[in-house]
Amino acid sequence: MSRLERRFEELRREGRAALIPYIMTGDPKPQGTTDLMHALVRAGADAVELGMPFSDPIADGPVIQGAGERALAAGCRLRHSLEAVSEFREQDRETPVILMGYLNPIEIMGREAFIAQASAAGVDAVLIVDLPPEEAGTLAEDLRAAEMDLVFLVAPTTVPERRERAMSLASGFLYYVSLKGVTGAGGMDVARVRTELAGLREKTALPLGVGFGIGDAETAAAVGEFADAVIVGSALVGQLHEAADRGESPAIAAETFLAPLSRAVRNAAGNKPDNQPDKQEDAAVK
Amino acid sequence: MSVEAKKTDGQGPQSLRDMPDAGGHFGIFGGRFVSETLMGPVEELRQAYEAARSDASFVDQFETELACFVGRPTPIYPAERLTRFAGGASIWLKREDLCHTGAHKINNTVGQALLAQRMGKTRVIAETGAGQHGVATATVAARLGLDCVVYMGSEDMRRQESNVFRMRLLGAEVVPVESGSRTLKDALNEAMRDWVTNVDDTFYIIGTVAGPHPYPAMVRDFQSVIGREAREQMLDVTGRLPDAVVACVGGGSNAIGMFHPFLDDSEVALHGVEAGGDGLESGRHAAPLSAGRPGVLHGNRTYLMTDDDGQILHTHSVSAGLDYPGVGPEHAWLHDIGRVEYGSVDDKAALEAFHRLSSLEGIMPALESAHAVAHALELAAKLKPEENVLVNLSGRGDKDMATVAAQQGVAL
Repeated sequence: MSRLERRFEELRREGRAALIPYIMTGDPKPQGTTDLMHALVRAGADAVELGMPFSDPIADGPVIQGAGERALAAGCRLRHSLEAVSEFREQDRETPVILMGYLNPIEIMGREAFIAQASAAGVDAVLIVDLPPEEAGTLAEDLRAAEMDLVFLVAPTTVPERRERAMSLASGFLYYVSLKGVTGAGGMDVARVRTELAGLREKTALPLGVGFGIGDAETAAAVGEFADAVIVGSALVGQLHEAADRGESPAIAAETFLAPLSRAVRNAAGNKPDNQPDKQEDAAVK
Repeated sequence: MSVEAKKTDGQGPQSLRDMPDAGGHFGIFGGRFVSETLMGPVEELRQAYEAARSDASFVDQFETELACFVGRPTPIYPAERLTRFAGGASIWLKREDLCHTGAHKINNTVGQALLAQRMGKTRVIAETGAGQHGVATATVAARLGLDCVVYMGSEDMRRQESNVFRMRLLGAEVVPVESGSRTLKDALNEAMRDWVTNVDDTFYIIGTVAGPHPYPAMVRDFQSVIGREAREQMLDVTGRLPDAVVACVGGGSNAIGMFHPFLDDSEVALHGVEAGGDGLESGRHAAPLSAGRPGVLHGNRTYLMTDDDGQILHTHSVSAGLDYPGVGPEHAWLHDIGRVEYGSVDDKAALEAFHRLSSLEGIMPALESAHAVAHALELAAKLKPEENVLVNLSGRGDKDMATVAAQQGVAL
């Protein structure tokens, strides 16, 4: 069982959703990514999503684009993301880390080299925004052989056949993109997402995460009632950047921002419907 | 178009013109590398395009627009004085510079805009570098009554003020892109972001043979009218196929449109010319096939200008239309199998060719096309007088007046 699977299993027993914050490697400051990751965990993060900077982030809105541009300008690259995870693991052996980014830096490093280095660093899962199941080749298997998961996205525009393909190939969890748009867009329709997730649950035992458009405690609480993971990116990244601009500590800003969201997902626990233990057991057998 | 498709169907599996595969792959290149939200829309587009290309009424509509709106067929022109100057093979020009709006770009925008209309989309978006594709899109949007938004790097807007004004005159909204290097690749990123947000009513008209499947194949099909006409015209006028065909390659739409109908004619040598900028050794160029490596950008796997960390490099060329870090995946494949020979021409040689063609033939080429002319001059000199070199003159040079003047220290 991977670290990520173990974490979802624990939370299932607690009956609540995971809170997964996203930060960009090297932002808001080139140094201090590891400290920031620890701060997120202190503030209630159940797993950490770490962005790998890329020059052409087509799925990201202005906030995460800005973070990536600052990180790149400061010299941060894929290898620094791996180094940050490695350093994080010196003190934290429990919190799963998910790398999120784009394919080209991984292709240029070489898939084999990437898997070896990510595994050595203590990465638990990888989410590659511009790598749909059709183009993944054997990457999912190869990552699993190194005890890492490949997370796939499902969007409102994903047709049923393709949803099934993503489910059969993904491990760790399935990431539901809550709206048509880029990261950080507003206006998520919680009721519609709830219905969509119910539909997905009938087809898969994988934990279901929801992201793109969750930026406050209220939405986090609402999504925490029916999702297995609440993913928060742009809103947090924006706060960190503003704090750094004011000369304040990003770690403190992260804790301040995340605390109410953490309370929200923990309070939502009581409202969480049945987690379908039958299917969960099936998955464990596999 | 469908006529073309039927011809290739009969040629069996040996044909080089049967690519891509069902997933949009040209060998290891091409494919669909987009965020999940766009996978649905690109598949919907593929299906709509497949249906349209085998629908005679759509093909008719496209061909009618090409004839009466674009001004096709464009002629081939024997460049006699240029030929004498080169001192070898005869040089022929395919006059895409005579198309409405001054370049081949409009062949594709007409095709895609008609498809958008057929799909019930009311809004079209486009990316543009020099502004030629933006102008061609704005033109067709005006013609068909579609809302039009063009994304353009703020740096390019500054360099190409008059094209920005043209697009606005045509009723398009031009949105400055402030991210990344503020040039063409960033404009493409921003157009993708718009599309992912507005997929329900919006059609994204990509300007070159790149992007996720079906764009590379679809844009090629719309542009193949260039090569089909030229092939017939050369047969009519010279009685045989040309010995060599030359075209410039940025993303590569004019080149693939010219080359594709010749791919199975093994006796015809095909030459793609990339932008050498300040020279390949300087690193300041836009020649991914000559000096790049395979990677993934903008929805497809292809040759890219990328550093050792997988970040996309800034490019440089005197011609904004070639200033792009990638190249269409079919070119990447044709490069690897050796069917097309790709080389590069630097800024200096391209400018010389610009002046040469202007002064010897009274034809002012776009700086993009001037790269092809420069290469053709070199090539013709090595060939025999009875041989023929066909050059795709993809656009006219009016848009480049300010750039050329600046090179000579003249303020306009």
